Amino acid sequence: MTETRIDRRFEKLKEEGRPALVTYMMAGDPDYATSLSILKALPGAGADVIELGMPFSDPMADGPAIQAAGLRALKGGQTLAKTLRMAAEFRQGDDETPIVMMGYYNPIYVYGVERFLADAKASGIDGLIVVDLPPEMDAELCVPALRAGVNFIRLATPTTDEARLPSVLRNTSGFVYYVSMTGITGSALPDTGRVGEAVGRIKAHTDLPVCVGFGVKTAEQARAIGGSADGVVVGTAIVNAVANVIDAGGGLTADPAEAVATLVGGLAHGVRRARLAHV
Amino acid sequence: MNATVQPNSFRAGPDEDGMFGLFGGRFVAETLMPLILELEAEWKAARNDPAFQAELQALSTHYAGRPSKLYFAEGLTRHLGGAKVYFKREDLNHTGSHKINNCLGQILLARRMGRKRIIAETGAGQHGVATATVAARFGLSCVVYMGATDVERQKPNVFRMKLLGAEVRPVASGHGTLKDAMNEALRDWVTNVADTYYLIGTAAGPHPYPELVRELQSVIGREARAQILEQEGRLPDMVIAAVGGGSNAIGLFHPFLDDASVRILGVEAGGRGLDGIEHCASMNAGRPGVLHGNRTYLLQDGDGQILDGHSISAGLDYPGVGPEHSWLKDSGRVEYVPVLDDEALAAFKLTTRVEGIIPALESAHAIAQAVKVAPAMRPDEIVIVNLSGRGDKDVHTVAKMMDMEI
Repeated sequence: MTETRIDRRFEKLKEEGRPALVTYMMAGDPDYATSLSILKALPGAGADVIELGMPFSDPMADGPAIQAAGLRALKGGQTLAKTLRMAAEFRQGDDETPIVMMGYYNPIYVYGVERFLADAKASGIDGLIVVDLPPEMDAELCVPALRAGVNFIRLATPTTDEARLPSVLRNTSGFVYYVSMTGITGSALPDTGRVGEAVGRIKAHTDLPVCVGFGVKTAEQARAIGGSADGVVVGTAIVNAVANVIDAGGGLTADPAEAVATLVGGLAHGVRRARLAHV
Repeated sequence: MNATVQPNSFRAGPDEDGMFGLFGGRFVAETLMPLILELEAEWKAARNDPAFQAELQALSTHYAGRPSKLYFAEGLTRHLGGAKVYFKREDLNHTGSHKINNCLGQILLARRMGRKRIIAETGAGQHGVATATVAARFGLSCVVYMGATDVERQKPNVFRMKLLGAEVRPVASGHGTLKDAMNEALRDWVTNVADTYYLIGTAAGPHPYPELVRELQSVIGREARAQILEQEGRLPDMVIAAVGGGSNAIGLFHPFLDDASVRILGVEAGGRGLDGIEHCASMNAGRPGVLHGNRTYLLQDGDGQILDGHSISAGLDYPGVGPEHSWLKDSGRVEYVPVLDDEALAAFKLTTRVEGIIPALESAHAIAQAVKVAPAMRPDEIVIVNLSGRGDKDVHTVAKMMDMEI
């Protein structure tokens, strides 16, 4: 398939000799305008790749933080159409930072796969991560996405063994997302040595960049994971930074975009030190 | 789906990918994929293993009390003045419902797979009780996820589960009903993949569960078919069952699917009416979508967000339905009709008075449909209603509906 912003971004970072900071945020949390301001603040704060969460009523692989963020977004009136519009608005000021939409299949299925892919492409979306579409269901969205020129990023997990890895990697493009543990988002990070081994195992099967997520919360963890991975994904910590400035009545106690930018700035510093020991 | 092209058999599904036409499939996170493939392989081996079948048979007979009776409901028949109504007495099974049929099969499978920890979701608590029961019987630890609303309205079953040694974890998200319990059970499973067996209670979820649960519940229909042939010398004209996730219904229906003379009715929870969203009639008022590992009819909004339904019956309070039912609906073989809360409640009271049987509110939905159709049928016609469970668990709910203190 054709080159996307994701491919170009990882190529550039390879030249710089550092891993990518991949940041997840929930689109529409707590409302469209605030969420758009967070999105726009991410690249300046040091995010290299943006995962834009598509809220879903029943996020079966997510922990309490991302569940709550999705519900706040839905309560704020977020829809898949609005998430696409948000990406399009972001694109007017940034044509380089890759955006990967992440979520569950049903809203896309209901929107209509072909219509969704056309609109996603037009909105400047570069890739998709759809949690509940394993390789066995590739005909649903993965194959049409690749045909439309949108990367389909697959999750590999600790339960993905050597025998299964090739089928998981077969139609994957953009990067591989290694889920560092069996569990839901926001759990505790396992030891980085084991993560490094797993990254090595996946890299033996593919030339694609391997990003690691689930459980990375601090700059220090980002630095440690970034020693072996091509990218470090941070989600729950960012979503929590938004939640922390929302009071019980739903009002804001501080600027969420600023809170997220401060956190992301620290994480970005972490990934920039990841390979210093190797230089 | 092309409803005009009829398959040679309605009993052949699912295909190798777990699809019933458009419906079914394996829409799960990668972490779970190796597990459900392993489960599928293990199930294929077990169903062809005479030792497994013999053990299941022995437990069904001596522990669960099968075969369940096919009872001519003479009082109800006389009251309705039309077709002869028979009850398939799943309420007489150990633990009081059809759920034990599935749980016995799956616990043997879990043991065969070396799993030490059982998790389950439950709505009315019938499946939770049946799971806690078999876990106690086989000495395995058990965690049951149950919506907080259901914990409140099904207190007797919550207590039974605790007595049986299970840990009941209330789930507060959403409306605190079966859907939310299933989300939380899936989150547990994805976290504890190495030692945990997810004992799904209905014929839904990712492949192979819909097929696996159907096979284990089909004992209901196989027995009923043989019993009516024995007792009446012919097949029934109609079979009726309530459909939430749809395991008791698919269990009764499946052996009759290729008997063209048998009309098959599935009863959905019509709640307070299909105009608003206070019902659980996913096939009458929903549309296809993907949730909990399968594609099926779902109650959802235009953005694909799942709606919380409503039913007086906790066991029917689910916004989806097993995928095989969705296929049977589209193929036209089975008719799915809604029954309102009030109609179910009236059937509950009627059955108690004229038969001396207190049915579960789920089963009362099926009986309510018989109440509607039997009077217009001839006295020599035969209707079998699946009395899927007993109603002791529901007396608090019913008392509340009647503004009575107990």
